[in-house]
Amino acid sequence: MNAVAPFEGIGVRMRRKEDLRFLSGKGSYTDDMSRPNQTHCVFLRSPHAHAAIRSVDTAAAAAMPGVVRIFTGADYAADKLGGVPCGWLIHNKDGSPMNEPPHPVLAHGKVRYVGDAVAMVIAETREAARDAAEKIVVDYDVLPAVAGINEALAAGAPQLHEAAPRNICYDWHIGEKGPVDVAFAAAHKIVTLDLTNNRLIPNAMEPRAAIGEYDAHSGEYTLHTTSQNPHVIRLLMGAFVLNIPEHKLRIVAPDVGGGFGSKIFHYIEEAAVTWAAPKVGRPIKWTADRTEAFMTDAHGRDHISTARLALDKDGKFLALHVQTKANLGAYLSTFATSVPTYLYATLLAGTYTTPAIYAEVTSVFTNTVPVDAYRGAGRPEATFLLERLVDVAARETGIDRVEIRRRNFIKPDQFPYQTPVALQYDSGNYFATLDAALASSDWAGFEARRAEAAKRGKLRGIGISTYLEACGIAPSAVAGALGARAGLYEVGAIRVHPTGSVTVLTGTHSHGQGHETTFAQLVADQLGVPFDKVDVVHGDTSKIPFGMGTYGSRSLPVGGTALVKAMDKIIAKAKRIAAHLLEADVADIEFDPRAGAFKVAGTDRSKAWGEIALTAYVPHNYPIEELEPGLDETAYYDPKNFTFPGGCHIAEVEIDPDTGHVAMINFTAVDDVGRVINPMIVEGQVQGGVAQGIGQALLEACVYDAQGQLLSGSMMDYTMPRADDLAPVSVATHTTLCTHNPLGVKGCGEVGAIGSPPAVINAVVDALRDHGVRHLDMPATPAKIWSIINTRMAAE
Amino acid sequence: MPQVTLTVNGKQHTVDVEGRTLLVELLREKLRLTGTHVGCDTSQCGACVVHIDGNSVKSCTTLAVMCQGANVTTIEGLAKPDGTLHPMQEAFREYHALQCGFCTPGMVMSAVDLVAKNPQGLSEKEIREGLEGNLCRCTGYHNIVKAIAAAQDVMHGKRSTVAAAAE
Repeated sequence: MNAVAPFEGIGVRMRRKEDLRFLSGKGSYTDDMSRPNQTHCVFLRSPHAHAAIRSVDTAAAAAMPGVVRIFTGADYAADKLGGVPCGWLIHNKDGSPMNEPPHPVLAHGKVRYVGDAVAMVIAETREAARDAAEKIVVDYDVLPAVAGINEALAAGAPQLHEAAPRNICYDWHIGEKGPVDVAFAAAHKIVTLDLTNNRLIPNAMEPRAAIGEYDAHSGEYTLHTTSQNPHVIRLLMGAFVLNIPEHKLRIVAPDVGGGFGSKIFHYIEEAAVTWAAPKVGRPIKWTADRTEAFMTDAHGRDHISTARLALDKDGKFLALHVQTKANLGAYLSTFATSVPTYLYATLLAGTYTTPAIYAEVTSVFTNTVPVDAYRGAGRPEATFLLERLVDVAARETGIDRVEIRRRNFIKPDQFPYQTPVALQYDSGNYFATLDAALASSDWAGFEARRAEAAKRGKLRGIGISTYLEACGIAPSAVAGALGARAGLYEVGAIRVHPTGSVTVLTGTHSHGQGHETTFAQLVADQLGVPFDKVDVVHGDTSKIPFGMGTYGSRSLPVGGTALVKAMDKIIAKAKRIAAHLLEADVADIEFDPRAGAFKVAGTDRSKAWGEIALTAYVPHNYPIEELEPGLDETAYYDPKNFTFPGGCHIAEVEIDPDTGHVAMINFTAVDDVGRVINPMIVEGQVQGGVAQGIGQALLEACVYDAQGQLLSGSMMDYTMPRADDLAPVSVATHTTLCTHNPLGVKGCGEVGAIGSPPAVINAVVDALRDHGVRHLDMPATPAKIWSIINTRMAAE
Repeated sequence: MPQVTLTVNGKQHTVDVEGRTLLVELLREKLRLTGTHVGCDTSQCGACVVHIDGNSVKSCTTLAVMCQGANVTTIEGLAKPDGTLHPMQEAFREYHALQCGFCTPGMVMSAVDLVAKNPQGLSEKEIREGLEGNLCRCTGYHNIVKAIAAAQDVMHGKRSTVAAAAE
């Protein structure tokens, strides 16, 4: 409200509100909480990937010191409640619905992956629960298991579910096959590529945790959980699993230590501790250890694909045909079915004008942890396939890899652009992001750097990816028609207090993204209230009207827009109050957020925010007949379309031929994420996403053996990127505004993880260009590269 | 039940523990100092790093009974009693070196020890190598490295503030 105060609105690198508590050890994560008289819970998990449960003997365990109760799958089944539901119904090519086998809360009769929960032990301490769990005797009849996609589809493969013959969940397609076939028949050149997208384990640094409680007097259940979307958990668990009405079920997701998708889903542990709480009559706390996280957090990616691209003699893309097989794991996680379909194949046009695209996706069950969305969710898989295919096409047509991209880009004047795979892009300028990245990475000077590296005995390579993504799935009606079982709007409430400070309530959730800062900046910008006078509240269904949470980079484009809509209502009402106080017509009232004042147009008569706010709550001089007191507005916003960030990523690597080690030298990202509210936070999001993308490309691989044992089950076996595995990441933005939301924002949470893996692999393949490498699947480990170099050298 | 007497953030405590109780469990559960986190079971992630007698140590692989008479500093004890942040804390905020905040306490405690033990100053490469024992899944380490570089200049008296250059 002070016109000379530093500007704290859109575009400023405001330091984060969250940081002081996190830097002082005062964060409040779920495991940091202790509820009065709480018990501790440990889940006994299957050591077998596939087995029939003959019996579960808990007698010895129940007699152990400190044990409060033990529940098994039979106990849960006896209550005739639901299993964990799947949130997206996919239809087969023939229009029939997908196979949807039950996903039990506690395994009953059969276990289907290593980590499947067989019993829950509740005790006075976690150690006592753990000790007792070891005394439970489960008589397993071990069955043949299957972990890989092709193995699961093979004739005679072990069958996971009666309700899913041949282990198939669905056989789906998108696009029109006819025009694709015609284009291939007439093509000058056809490029084919077989590739896999490696299975990943998300590994948010905070392990999942849940505390279930029941108040016998009020009949209210409370679940504290590590969730990205508490209202979604309330809806799914309340309505589909435990039959608890919303007004008796409170979900709190406090500080959450990273999610990357893995904390979207409704997990069985949340339902189990909530279900058991009234039976025990005390709060029940469960915290995963890291081994459990590896075994039970939904994994990501895991595709096998064949892609064929038809080109004309000028290198223009005529048609694309993609066949993909996706691993869904043992059960359907919440959004598992949508990831390899509507979040994947709809992205196959990328940044290009390919006129005909047809994609077929078969999703299969295997004896592995359920697979679901992980940062990017489907879009990294599409981008890796497309950007690798384009690089191979460039090489096989002899057209420069930058030039072939330029020839096929959608041009700035072609927006809105309708792709052959359902999406209509509203805005973008792929030439601009490409040019900026080429300049920033000194692409033109690369050959000199390659030559210099060669003198040192190193193989240097550079790779490019010109990607596109889709954020903020919407509108609800369209998603619903495609099988979504939820709405995809967002909710925002703005509560202006009598003295002018503001509480912002949002249905999105922040678990590292810094919404407490970005949203406060947004409100400071639009309402002209000082940043320090704005606090953001999220993550508690008892405080927030409703919400769909945070995933798919939707928080700002969808949640931020809901806040803008709520602020529009606030300003409209405040203008009426100001008009009354100023004895002017409301049409003549202007709001100047920079001055924090409402004034009568063309005069110097004005009222400050503070006075308007106070008048709204102390309505002595107030148009009470026509206007309610108070200044507190809520808006629900259902977007008209997805948003479409895009950009160009360039990776530069150097390979040591003696060891096969790939050193990241440089990474350049130029992204169009629409209008930027806080550049510091956007850069951080891109840097973090790129690190995960480099991790996928060079380091990370989830490995199961043929019997379904998880071999990469700890941080000693699964290679998480460390500081010295990575290089500085240069981040820049080039903005085209989203055309269908008022801020013009697009979302920035996933671009890093989507654009980077093909850039890195394209660079590695480029570095190995004299070693006969056409393609390399991720991760490009030293062992893989060393053997390529040495096998070839031996052959020569 | 064994008893251990130790000083944590300047305050002496005598605590009953089991033989198997880990230092991190003592801190989090007995003393309710929940700033120190547990991120893995295998001493890989470093979310649990505290200082014992001035050395950074992973408290998830330290038995509480080994800390008899020890002087422990946790993230809660790093700032001055008046709330003034340590230069490393300041630098993490200034350079946006944290996102979800879960690895942050261990990362900051490791970084403080790393810088303190290297008064000659550390290059970017040396900082990256020095962070081998700490995992962060959010930031890609880019800003963590920048923050540590800025904080070391302040800790070694080469500049008075961690403030980023004009943007």
